[in-house]
Parts: sequence; C-alpha cells; structure tokens
Amino acid sequence: MNRCYVEVLCRHTLQGEIRPVSIIWNNGVEYKIDRILQCCPAASLKSGGAGMRYTCLFNQECRYLFHDHDKWFIEKR
Amino acid sequence: MERIILHSDLNCFYAAVEMLYNPEYRTVPIAVCGDIEERHGIILTKNALAKECNIKTGEAIWQAKQKCPNLICVKANFSLYLRYAMKVKKIYLDYTDYVESFGIDESWLDISDCHHLYPSAIELANTIKNRIKFELGLTVSIGISYNKVYSKLASDAAEVDSIYTIYKEEREQKVFPLSIRDLLFIGHSNAKKLKMYGIYTIGDLAMTSVSTLEHIFGKVGLTLHAFANGYETSLVAHHTTSGSLKSIGNSTTCPKDLTTLEEVKIIFTILSESVCARAREQGFYGKTVTISIRDHQLVTVTRQMQCEIPTDCTDIVVKHALCLFEKHYSFSNPIRSLGVRLSNFTKTAPTKQISFFDKKKDLTVKQLELAFDEIRNRFGHFKIQRGCVLQDADLNRLDPKSDHVIFPESYFK
Repeated sequence: MNRCYVEVLCRHTLQGEIRPVSIIWNNGVEYKIDRILQCCPAASLKSGGAGMRYTCLFNQECRYLFHDHDKWFIEKR
Repeated sequence: MERIILHSDLNCFYAAVEMLYNPEYRTVPIAVCGDIEERHGIILTKNALAKECNIKTGEAIWQAKQKCPNLICVKANFSLYLRYAMKVKKIYLDYTDYVESFGIDESWLDISDCHHLYPSAIELANTIKNRIKFELGLTVSIGISYNKVYSKLASDAAEVDSIYTIYKEEREQKVFPLSIRDLLFIGHSNAKKLKMYGIYTIGDLAMTSVSTLEHIFGKVGLTLHAFANGYETSLVAHHTTSGSLKSIGNSTTCPKDLTTLEEVKIIFTILSESVCARAREQGFYGKTVTISIRDHQLVTVTRQMQCEIPTDCTDIVVKHALCLFEKHYSFSNPIRSLGVRLSNFTKTAPTKQISFFDKKKDLTVKQLELAFDEIRNRFGHFKIQRGCVLQDADLNRLDPKSDHVIFPESYFK
C-alpha cells in the first residue's frame, strides 16, 4: 500500500478550520510542516483514498497530506 | 420554459470505492459481494474487467468464480459507501437544491434555474462530473434531458465517465429505437406482456394508443404511455423532502435454513421488532401485515392480512405474521428467507374499546416497547433482547434495523 497513515498534531482555529502543524512518521520522528501551500478536497489516485488534501512543505520538500474521515495519511514515494 | 434534468449515475459504485482505496484492484477483475457466512453470497457490483468476463449482478459467488476463476471477491463495506454517497450528494447540492436520490448511487438534479450560470447545461454537467472525479476519485455517467425518465435513459446510454443528451427534437432518433426493457418501470413481466402485443421498442410503445395500453395494463398503461413519449412531468424533489412512506418492511436471508415453527417465530420476532421500531420512529400505526416466505428452491410466497386496529406493537405484528405463516405454509421445503411488512398507515393513535379486565395492558405494552427502543438507541441493539430469540444463537445475531440501511427505491413514492 502506498498510503502511510501518520499521527498528526493540528491546530483547530476559531473559525473551525483544521491546520496540521507537524506529523509523526512511523519511526517516531516528528516532522514540522513549514508551510501549507494549498488545501482542497481531492482523491489520491496514487495511493488510494480521498479526503481533504493539504499540500505541505516539509523542509523544502512538497508532499500531499490527506485527512480522510478520521485518519491522516501521506502518499508514499 | 423547458426543464433541464440531469440524471447522474455513479459507475459501478461499490467496486469503484474499493478500487479507490485499493489501487491494486484496478488491474484485476473484482466484485463486491455480500457476506458468504451469513449466506448473502451474491455479487452486488463488479468492475469493468469483471464485466468483461460476463459476471452478472445478483448471481452467486460460486457461479461468478466458475466464469472467472481469478475474480477477487471483496466483502461489502456499506458504511464506507454511504459516506461516499453523502459526499457526492454534497457536491450536487453546490449546484441545485433539487436533488432526488434514486437508490444509493443515482440522483436526479433539476438544473433549470442554474444552468444559465454556465455556457451550457453540458458544461455544468461536465463541471459536476470532473469535480466528483477529482475530489472523490469516482466516475459518473450523466444523462441530460427535459424529464426524469428520459434523463435516466440518457445516463444509461452514456459511456463510463461521460455525458449523453436527449433533447426533445432527438427523441425519435435516440429514444424510440431502444428496447422497452430500457424504460423505467418495465421489468421482465411487463416486457413479456408488451411483446405479446407486438410492442418491442419504446417507439412502438409511444405509438400505441392510450386506450389499448389502458386495456392491457389498467391505470399503469397511462403512465407507460407518458413515459415512452416523454410526457412525464413529475418534479425532482427538494433534497430535504423524504417521500411519504407507504410501507415499512424488513426481510432477511437467514444464516441457516429454517425447518421448525420456533425458528420461524424467532426470525419473525426479530424482523417485527425492527419494523415496529421504525414505525414508532415515524409515528405510524399500520393496519396491514404482509409476510413473504422464500424456500430453499427460491420460490416466494407473499400473503397479507388486516389487523383489527392499526398497530405499532411488535407482539401484535408477530402474532399476525405467525397466523399467516401457519395458514399458508406447511414446511414443504426448508425456508431460506423471511420478510415482514407493515402498511396501510394512519398517523393517529388507534382508539379501541378497552376491556373491563385488562384495561392497562395496552398502555403497559406500549411503554415497554418505548423503553426497549430507548435502551437500544442508547446502548446498542443487543443490550436487550426478547427471551424467545435467545433460544437459537445462530439466528439471534441479526439486527435488521441498523444492518439494512440501503434500500432499493421505488419510482412511485
């Protein structure tokens, strides 16, 4: 499976938005999200699944983070 | 002004959702099936590759495996499909409030008031189609026409992930050559009847006089004539309106064949509990109890009777169901599936001449049933059960009220 479920630390804004702040990879390392470039509902045709897609910048590297119902996953390379 | 109605049909919906979550399924034939252990082992939906192997919806898994030995059978995950159906509906509602669901994967949309915001109705349909594909990874076929029946015909004629139109001036060339079986409301037996009169295509049906059709089918003949000619004028319902209920029923294929009256009583009790709880939720009292019995040869018997007064009480429905059963079935064959239905509803609580001796009994039973509902709603279905259903552990695992959330819909509500 190309989908990697991850733990996510989020900020819930007063407007009710959810902004992911960092993810904890399956080896336990926490990666900070430097910037969220885009946020829109989308399907992940590469790894399967669909939900709110956050285009995140991790240390100059761009990755899609999906919020699908009650879980978060990231597309594996 | 001529209406513009879209009919949107999600392509092999259950299989598409499974393929979305498991990309490895995209390149192999798969079918979404019922639970074999619960003896619901039939094909519910299949993907395009399975369709190429001539796998049919409704056939048994073993039959499908014979046709296509490498078929992957996936157990249905209804809660996931429902979630996706809701997401699709949410997209429709961004364009119009007039969205009427027809089953879980089909909907009509009346876009008469909003299509002018786009260059054309086709552009609007394309936008909806592309959004569903981008946001949910599912494909739809959309039919565009000026009434509900023709728009359904159009979406059936459309290829996967495409749009098909039937405008008024195109009906002779696009609709009339189609087989009558393609028309909504014409099933196997109606088609057979029509063929006896030399009516094979929708065009034949449209050209047949109303009086002839009325003679063959009665009132339904008028409807068929209107459907075939595109005279159908029913409105697409507002998304908040739920059709008025005419009956509430539950049926189940039992985990094992039933051979004794005790087993039948258990199933009738479980089904009636669900039917009556649903009737109480709606505040309905039903007067007619209908049972259906299907034996292991798949022969179905349906019988009904009237209650003395309209009821929403489980014990009374079970009593009538058993009475019908004993009168009409003699266990000539073991029973595969049973159903109970309550209909002929009134909204007002029935009045009855109370007996001098058991005047409080009815009230107590009602309170008991309401307490039953509350316990189940708060703590779960299996937290409270009737003693009689505990006699057979194989049969009492059923929870028809929450298990069967997807009902096929009737066009006539």
